[in-house]
Amino acid sequence: MEDAFTIANKNFKSRLIVGTGKYKNFEQTASAVKASGADIVTVAVRRVNILDKKQPLLMDYLNPKSITYLPNTAGCFTSADALRTLRLAREMGGWRLVKLEVLGDKKTLYPDMIETIKSTEILVKEGFEVMVYCTDDPILSKKVEDAGACAIMPLGAPIGSGMGLQNKVNIELIKEQSSVPVIVDAGVGTASDATIAMELGCDGVLVNTAIAEAKDPILMAEAMKYAVIAGRKSFKAERMKKRKYGSSSSPLDHLI
Amino acid sequence: MNNLNVSKIQLNGHPYQISGGINLNELLKNLKIQKSKVAIEVNGEIVEKNKYSSLVLNKDDKVEIVHFIGGG
Repeated sequence: MEDAFTIANKNFKSRLIVGTGKYKNFEQTASAVKASGADIVTVAVRRVNILDKKQPLLMDYLNPKSITYLPNTAGCFTSADALRTLRLAREMGGWRLVKLEVLGDKKTLYPDMIETIKSTEILVKEGFEVMVYCTDDPILSKKVEDAGACAIMPLGAPIGSGMGLQNKVNIELIKEQSSVPVIVDAGVGTASDATIAMELGCDGVLVNTAIAEAKDPILMAEAMKYAVIAGRKSFKAERMKKRKYGSSSSPLDHLI
Repeated sequence: MNNLNVSKIQLNGHPYQISGGINLNELLKNLKIQKSKVAIEVNGEIVEKNKYSSLVLNKDDKVEIVHFIGGG
């Protein structure tokens, strides 16, 4: 496959991963996912609502046979909770490729990296392929890779903040030193943020709130699709060198 | 006679009445939930799907039935 995006030995066409939270309803979720062209969607594990059995199910709108479900531990603040969530996800239908996120603070939603690394080691031992949400610290993200992560997912800015990549230098350093895919997760606020992440050389981008909270989520999903494609092509094309002064685009010889 | 055969369990944090001796497959059937779309924990232990028919629920068991929902 041309310019394949490979995670844990599986090839994916789209380098955009989308979250399925915060949408108005499942119809809108499904339309946005379709418009985004994503092959992977993150999903959360929660209790079935026993009192209201008529509630629609995500699986009735997004077929896990045609799109890769990436179970996520969003909302887990301890290693124990995260492990429990992913073990349940695996039991649900054999999901081994998972996204680990162990949060350390309710306000910033910053990851607790000590708990995250500990959980990664345990999950890898249990046979999971773990994509790991982490801070944009090159030392800690290296430790995440050493713990056996199949992808590193540094934050661009806090989850749901839409502030864009706050530390491009760190993201670039992390990409340079990693031998597993680096996917910017969290902080993307608009399409150009996704392009910037891809231009830095990242392998992919995960977006949820920027699509779900756009006035027109379906249109923004499509914008994200093209933004990621543009950023990837731009990175591969290798941009021109910057100059301090102007350089005429038309030849100056034979001027009339 | 039937009344003697009823026990209460904790289902997803709510009290729930079951008839005595039912297994997890029967519980799912009563709840009209498809087995393929959920995972179940009984008293903190995940139950493998192939053991649903042999796991008989007892009084005060804590049962958690989870599924996938939208999330980031």
